[in-house]
Amino acid sequence: MIYEDLTECSSVSLGQGRVGLSGVVAAIDTSQCPGQVESDLERMLLEIGLIEGTPVEITHEGPFGRDPIAVRVGNMRVALRRREACAVQIYLNEEN
Amino acid sequence: MAEASGAIHLALVGNPNCGKTSLFNALTGSRQKVANYAGVTVERKAGVFSTPSGRKVHILDLPGTYSLRARSPDEVVTRDAVLGKLQGEDPIDAFVCVADATNLRLMLRLVLELKQVNRPIILVLNMSDIAQSRGIRIDSERLSRELGVAVVPAVAVKKGGTEALLEQIDTLSPVSSPVASNWQEPDSSQVRNSHRIVERLLRECVDMPEEHHNWTDRIDRVLLHPVAGVLILLAVLFLMFQAVFSWATPLMDMITLGFDSLAGVIQQYMPEGMLRSLLVDGIIAGVGGVLVFLPQIMILFLFIILLEDFGYMARAAFLMDRIMGRAGLHGRSFIPLLSSFACAIPGIMGTRVINNWRDRLVTILVAPLMTCSARIPVYTLIIAAFIPKAKVGVFELQGLVMFGLYGAGIVSALVVAGIVRKLFWRGESEAFIMELPEYKVPDVSNVVRGVLQRAKIFLRRAGTIILSMMILIWFLSSVPSAPADATDPAINYSLAGMIGHTLEPLLAPIGFNWQIAIALIVGMAAREVAVGALGTIYAIGSEEHMAGALGGLLSAQWSLATALSFLAWYIFAPQCASTLAVVRRETNSIRWPLVMFGYMFALAYMASFLVYHLTVFLGG
Repeated sequence: MIYEDLTECSSVSLGQGRVGLSGVVAAIDTSQCPGQVESDLERMLLEIGLIEGTPVEITHEGPFGRDPIAVRVGNMRVALRRREACAVQIYLNEEN
Repeated sequence: MAEASGAIHLALVGNPNCGKTSLFNALTGSRQKVANYAGVTVERKAGVFSTPSGRKVHILDLPGTYSLRARSPDEVVTRDAVLGKLQGEDPIDAFVCVADATNLRLMLRLVLELKQVNRPIILVLNMSDIAQSRGIRIDSERLSRELGVAVVPAVAVKKGGTEALLEQIDTLSPVSSPVASNWQEPDSSQVRNSHRIVERLLRECVDMPEEHHNWTDRIDRVLLHPVAGVLILLAVLFLMFQAVFSWATPLMDMITLGFDSLAGVIQQYMPEGMLRSLLVDGIIAGVGGVLVFLPQIMILFLFIILLEDFGYMARAAFLMDRIMGRAGLHGRSFIPLLSSFACAIPGIMGTRVINNWRDRLVTILVAPLMTCSARIPVYTLIIAAFIPKAKVGVFELQGLVMFGLYGAGIVSALVVAGIVRKLFWRGESEAFIMELPEYKVPDVSNVVRGVLQRAKIFLRRAGTIILSMMILIWFLSSVPSAPADATDPAINYSLAGMIGHTLEPLLAPIGFNWQIAIALIVGMAAREVAVGALGTIYAIGSEEHMAGALGGLLSAQWSLATALSFLAWYIFAPQCASTLAVVRRETNSIRWPLVMFGYMFALAYMASFLVYHLTVFLGG
């Protein structure tokens, strides 16, 4: 589902979330990542299914420094580093 | 059904973990060949089979990908093969797109991209039995209509699970004249657009049950747990090591025995001379010395393939990514580095799981720093001869030294990887984005086939590159032969001996004498050969009591500083011809083996220099 009518809500970064954080991808914005990231990071994220409107939930954190994170993306599971996850802005679900 | 005429060329395209390889195995059975693509180091899996109507089909199993936009060498191959630009490959008549029926989204997007190539497409909904049992209903007729491609269900791991696909293949006709491809690399807005189309398709054609609590989530709760997950990973690794080192021993002993008796037979029945020496000391000793690792390599790959097929590898990469990332490595580097404890060769071969070229290269470069089992004979010899059997607290001093040598290898690998990253590829940090696939029970025949394929690749290498290296080293150490009135062992008069003497001044600052220099050269064949070489040089006759006798002799002849320096050298030990040959093969360039040899030589020299002078300074 595409939640286009929610663009007014404020969004948070997936990269800063903790286990249990859930919501819907609001935007992919690689300028939010710390440091220099790969130029095609946006397309990489899109290709693995992190696209506006997709429900996401952080299910696990890495054992060392809570990095990387495991995220449920639709009905898939994706592991990514927080640094890259910072590009994923999400609208929080109500229960958060 | 169209008439079955003319061989047809198909390519399997799909996301990673979609069951593409099991479908490939189901279709081709044993009629498949694993090699490399011409000029690149990407594995090429090709097979032949016939449809029930008798049509011959050539099929290529392309590396898994999410997009035709290529990033890794694997993905470049997939793209080029799909576009018909791959050198030395027949043009592809049709694509067989393999989708995991329980997870169609990303594959449907790839199908949309593939459609632009203007070739017929058959979309295979693999694992349709699992999808059905989960209550996922796919309206394949409608999906086929909307997508404009044929859609067939399949269960690759079940007998007869590919019937619908075979029927569909029979309806294909070979492309008479290649149609121009309209594919262009999609930009991000086009990727978004295609996702929207997929979203609509899924809504219209697929009926997903609302909530499905499946096994994968439950297993992940344990295996990805910050504490339990790490403990289980350690236990898995421990089991793997245990298996590699103890299960393999009887088999390795058998291989050694076999080669020894073969050498014995030849020695008995052949007159002494160059040819006998080549056979016994060159080919049999050399190839035997490498083949002895075959059981370890097979057990190692059995574990790796089992874990990969089960879906655990991605989890191990997830758990270890942070630690590896600190050193500029990738989570996926973890398993290849681990394999390198047995032997760097399977480790380097195993780096193929790393998609990104730089990550893969760094992993290849540091893999030989992991203490391989060939160093063990060297370590044991020197430790037994020079390190007193004392206790430090509750620990044996000798054991501690051994542990320290292993530790030094690991630490230096992490440091070197970090430095390579900082120095050469600054700022180019690769993203770690990886699907965590669903857990699956590994299919026995797929696992067996995988292990045998690895063994075959290793044997082919032992038979070609490694064999020629062995012959070269044998040549160096036996030509020219000793004069008739020779008093020293023959090797002293050989080219290797001359090189050893020439190198002595270079190695003197680190406390090595010319005997060690020769051993290092001969040790190029395999590190543990150095032990045998020292035995030859110090003219200790029979092999049986060599280790003990040699130890005693060395402790009388070498200073403690020299011995410790020798140990320090072997932490890095650049001289392993097989490893260098495999690196040459895997990187497809002479540059990287040279870089590897250079940096390892420099490190070995520096470490030995420091250890030698420190020990001398402290009164060793």
